[in-house]
Amino acid sequence: MKFLVCISNVPDTTTKIAFTPDNKEFNKAGVQFVINPWDEYALTRAIELKEANAGSTVTVLNVGEADTEPNIRKALAIGADDAIRVNAAPKDAFFVAEQIAAVAKEGSYDVILMGKESIDYNGFQVHGMVGELLGIPTVAPAMKLDMSGNTATLEREIEGGKEIVQVATPFVASCQQPMCEPRIPNMRGIMTARTKPLKVVPATAGAPRTEVTEFALPPKKLGVKLIDAANAGDLIKLLRNEAKVI
Amino acid sequence: MSVLVVVECDKGEVKKSSLEVATYGARLAAQLGTSATAVAVGEASDASLAKLGEQGIAKVLYDKEPRLKDFVNNAYTKLIAATAQQEDAKVIVLANSNIGAAVGSRLSIRLQASLATNVVELPKTEGGQFTVKRGAFSGKAFSDVVLTGERKIIAVKKNSIEAQHEAGKTAEVVAFAAQLSDADFADAPKQVVMQDQAGGILLPEAELVVSGGRGMKGPENWHLIEDLAKALHAATACSKPVSDVDWRPHHEHVGQTGITVSPNLYIACGISGAIQHLAGVNSSKVIVVINKDPEAPFFKAADYGIVGDVFDVLPKLTAAVKELG
Ligand SMILES: Cc1cc2nc3c(=O)[nH]c(=O)nc-3n(C[C@H](O)[C@H](O)[C@H](O)COP(=O)(O)OP(=O)(O)OC[C@H]3O[C@@H](n4cnc5c(N)ncnc54)[C@H](O)[C@@H]3O)c2cc1C
Repeated sequence: MKFLVCISNVPDTTTKIAFTPDNKEFNKAGVQFVINPWDEYALTRAIELKEANAGSTVTVLNVGEADTEPNIRKALAIGADDAIRVNAAPKDAFFVAEQIAAVAKEGSYDVILMGKESIDYNGFQVHGMVGELLGIPTVAPAMKLDMSGNTATLEREIEGGKEIVQVATPFVASCQQPMCEPRIPNMRGIMTARTKPLKVVPATAGAPRTEVTEFALPPKKLGVKLIDAANAGDLIKLLRNEAKVI
Repeated sequence: MSVLVVVECDKGEVKKSSLEVATYGARLAAQLGTSATAVAVGEASDASLAKLGEQGIAKVLYDKEPRLKDFVNNAYTKLIAATAQQEDAKVIVLANSNIGAAVGSRLSIRLQASLATNVVELPKTEGGQFTVKRGAFSGKAFSDVVLTGERKIIAVKKNSIEAQHEAGKTAEVVAFAAQLSDADFADAPKQVVMQDQAGGILLPEAELVVSGGRGMKGPENWHLIEDLAKALHAATACSKPVSDVDWRPHHEHVGQTGITVSPNLYIACGISGAIQHLAGVNSSKVIVVINKDPEAPFFKAADYGIVGDVFDVLPKLTAAVKELG
């Protein structure tokens, strides 16, 4: 079984968000970048399934410039076998999906996994685009993934419950909790990751279909109105008469 | 040219988030000088579909193929693409839900359309440009995005527009046969399992949410959260560590790696307000925080706060709600 896991490089979850003075770009200064938390579920589950199915391989794929390589190495340290970096700034979801589909076609992977969405641009859309570009099923978002031969059984989250879906390979799934417990790299993994292959390939032609013209921060909160715990019931009156939400 | 609205239905009724989407679609159609047609997916009654007139929808297309009752990605995509073609829809509007995201992303490739998810306002369409405002960075920012494709797909964030109810107006319900083959149902669910929702209210659709964190000390104390939620007709939620240790089920976990909610009222009880938690709740209209630590970061994001012990405060709040009647 050949697994392809797509990872994106995102600001650490504790990052205070700020933009360049013209508000056109995210200000990367002083920001630490991590593997997108949702992608860690995809990566770890692929590695677990590889360990359970002898002869399987896990390839990590990132569409990004050279500065994403520390996180690609981290994915290798967690247990992926090799990596591909498509050397391009990820312009929008279409552009990224086209790059992933091109790599997937070339390597004929059986299972393509990625996170449900990236925590920076929150698109929640690359999975479906890749599935459609390749003409294969997508299961999004998946909370559980088991493989038996070339059949996968997945739990897909629906509002208020879940669907049990079975699909044959090849397919795409976008992953979310509680699929597995994301792993952190150990010392041996970090050492071996240095020697694992990381191939850099050029982007294929692909035109973005969206363009961000401006970023903005949400309006500042006016400040909290404190209610004395002894008269906690007064809060309910305020919620009805002042905030008018109950 | 028209605006096509995808409405999701469940147990015969149009979902609340789809009433919002229908309103959005009708307003957008008026802005563009055209009309809004809806295509319904899921289990719908003709009467509930006709009521979409109240949101400003003129016509609803509905395929009664029984296998479309549950979500099937391929079949839904094909059905919606066929209705878009028939109606010559240049804009398709759907909910930013699990169905909307799954179908919208496939449709964008099939129809060669631009796609924007998590959209919070009507687009700006002056000067021939089509610009939407969407949430980004897990609710910590917004971005203006120009959709450059000739066709556009917009996924509207829940609770970002209030559904309109113009009493008495009805939509025409028209049968639509998408000519689906067995192969289109290859990814049909084998089974659908509905989880118990506290008070029967779906968390992602809820207008009021009462949420508990590690400060609740254990699952045996959750009745305090549930009592207040029940009195308010609210859904219940929790922080990540609470679901990680199985005090509460995973489908109640809100935050960066959980569900994103944007209710009118979010009451956080014994939750510190870590940035990853805030990411899932900070677009709530009003936030109430109850925490015994006055330095808890959540107070900075709150509109109302009580510095106090949840075990003392929660019963008082429940009693006060009951007094209101
Ligand atoms: C990559 C990543 C993703 C994450 N995603 C999420 C996510 O999606 N959602 C999420 O919630 N977290 C997430 N987290 C975890 C997050 O960082 C915090 O650890 C978590 O939100 C803390 O939960 P808590 O506030 O319930 O617990 P704690 O941090 O333990 O806080 C408990 C609070 O309860 C108060 N308290 C205690 N006793 C009482 C009492 N009797 N009365 C009143 N108050 C009391 C305390 O003062 C404290 O503020 C994520 C972390 C990482 C690294």
